[in-house]
Amino acid sequence: MIRTEGLVKRYGAVAAVDGIDLDVRPGDVYGFLGANGSGKTTTVRCLLGLVLATSGEVRVLGQPMPKNAASVLPRVGALVEGPAAYGHLSGAANLTILDASGPAPQGPLGGGRRGRRDRVAQALSLVGLASVGRRPVRAYSLGMRQRLGLAGALLRQPELLVLDEPTNGLDPQGILEVRTLLQTLNAAGTTVFLSSHLLAEVEELCTRIGLLDRGRLVVQEDLATLRAPTGRVVVRTPDADEAHRLLDGRVEVREDDLLFVRTADAAEINARLVAAGLRVVELGPERRRLEDVIAERTSARAPGEVAR
Amino acid sequence: MIVVELGKLFRRRRTWLTIALLNLLPTIVAVLLAVTGIAPRPGQGPAFLSAVVANGSLFAIAALAIVLPLFLPISVAVVAGEAVAGESQAGTLRYLLIRPVGRTRLLVAKLVASTAYVLVSVLTVAAVGFVVGRLTLGNAPLSQSMVSVSGTLLTPGQIAWRTVLAIAFITFSMLGVAAMALFLSTLTDSPQTATLGALAFLIGSSLLLTIDAARPLQPYLPTRYWLTFVDLYRDPLLLSGVERGVGLQAVYVAVLLGAAWANFATKDITS
Repeated sequence: MIRTEGLVKRYGAVAAVDGIDLDVRPGDVYGFLGANGSGKTTTVRCLLGLVLATSGEVRVLGQPMPKNAASVLPRVGALVEGPAAYGHLSGAANLTILDASGPAPQGPLGGGRRGRRDRVAQALSLVGLASVGRRPVRAYSLGMRQRLGLAGALLRQPELLVLDEPTNGLDPQGILEVRTLLQTLNAAGTTVFLSSHLLAEVEELCTRIGLLDRGRLVVQEDLATLRAPTGRVVVRTPDADEAHRLLDGRVEVREDDLLFVRTADAAEINARLVAAGLRVVELGPERRRLEDVIAERTSARAPGEVAR
Repeated sequence: MIVVELGKLFRRRRTWLTIALLNLLPTIVAVLLAVTGIAPRPGQGPAFLSAVVANGSLFAIAALAIVLPLFLPISVAVVAGEAVAGESQAGTLRYLLIRPVGRTRLLVAKLVASTAYVLVSVLTVAAVGFVVGRLTLGNAPLSQSMVSVSGTLLTPGQIAWRTVLAIAFITFSMLGVAAMALFLSTLTDSPQTATLGALAFLIGSSLLLTIDAARPLQPYLPTRYWLTFVDLYRDPLLLSGVERGVGLQAVYVAVLLGAAWANFATKDITS
């Protein structure tokens, strides 16, 4: 769905994006992670043809960008660096203008003026803004503006959603709603490219991860692979001393009442501990957290340093 | 896209407020003239003001002459300067471009909307001037002839079509302002900067027109021929200044729009 080869974007001497090879497959929920200033937004802007790459190739939906923008972009919905709308108009009026501005092809994306009112109403109800009425966007809260931005992205039922920080400014309830919405859309066949710096959000939602560090893509992998079991079992027990003795030599690390045991078979460890009459609070295979992967793969940042 | 842009511009209260304010100054002048009866002597003050006391209908032309040097260009520069930079500042530019609206298409739509604004404001000033003139400055029958700038008489029919020509000429002169503001609007993300930049250009031009040392430059200054529309009311018709004005404006419009297009078509949109 999205493929870049050696994508580079320089602003003067600084390479904001420095040779990225993205590969987003149909049906993915792709989590595009990176710290502030690592080049996420610049990459997203390159994908959408807003910023012209210094070198490298971009293909979206199999077609070169920005050359084929006119045929690619109607099939893509996007939220780039926060929502934007005309403050003096209502949410529905804003969506109407957006809908009327672009092409109106036939087919599933389709229709011109006739279906406009329905499309706008449907997009607004998808994001929970059906009942805001004629209030001008100026009077919207940050969360409502974010929802309106999402409605704009969903207006034409795109095959690909490119979302930059979609849950920014939403309350916990709103975050949950957006997550459910994206999961529903993905189940119905929409590919989602989600750029974010919120690990929890990406871990909940995404199937594949791309990790950006100072303009370079340092990880691009399935989330399941990244979080594969490490071959150790974690045991939490108040009887840690006895357990340590019982599991002689297989305990690799001990942190107070936490034991890290080298084995693939958690059930066997459990059986042995219980048979010896030891109390077990928690027991399970150790999985790497996304946070650990990121700490491992990205270069350390000086305190207070935001970007290069 | 053109329809959408026209809708955005003319469904906005601010647009009509600007046009209303634009009509305020000529209206004040008309009321003052009517109350005091003191018209500037021929050859002094804004063009045609000496004639309007005798014939209120002519105030349409006088009103245009009043707003032309400053107020009309300001309002045009505000609207055209806002065109791209306003979208850019609000962040809506990126959403329009990924909708997608082609960049050239967007620029053309903005240009058409700015042109429509110029036309509507010029026509409004002429119409309001006509009505206000007749209400305040004597109801001379419409069939009355007018003394031309050259001193001979012009028939109402001649006045009518010469006024149409004058309106067309003023509109075209304002397109130069619009093109300048639109070009600056593609350069900056701040509509105020674009507007003020265009005005600085015009004020600079007006200033150079008053300096004898700048005489070699003067035929090429954008404001040089604006007031030559007065020549349309000479008898016989004196067209050389008007023709030169149209030619000069055409060059400015073409060059500035070309520059706006060249800049905008390949610009990185980072707003």
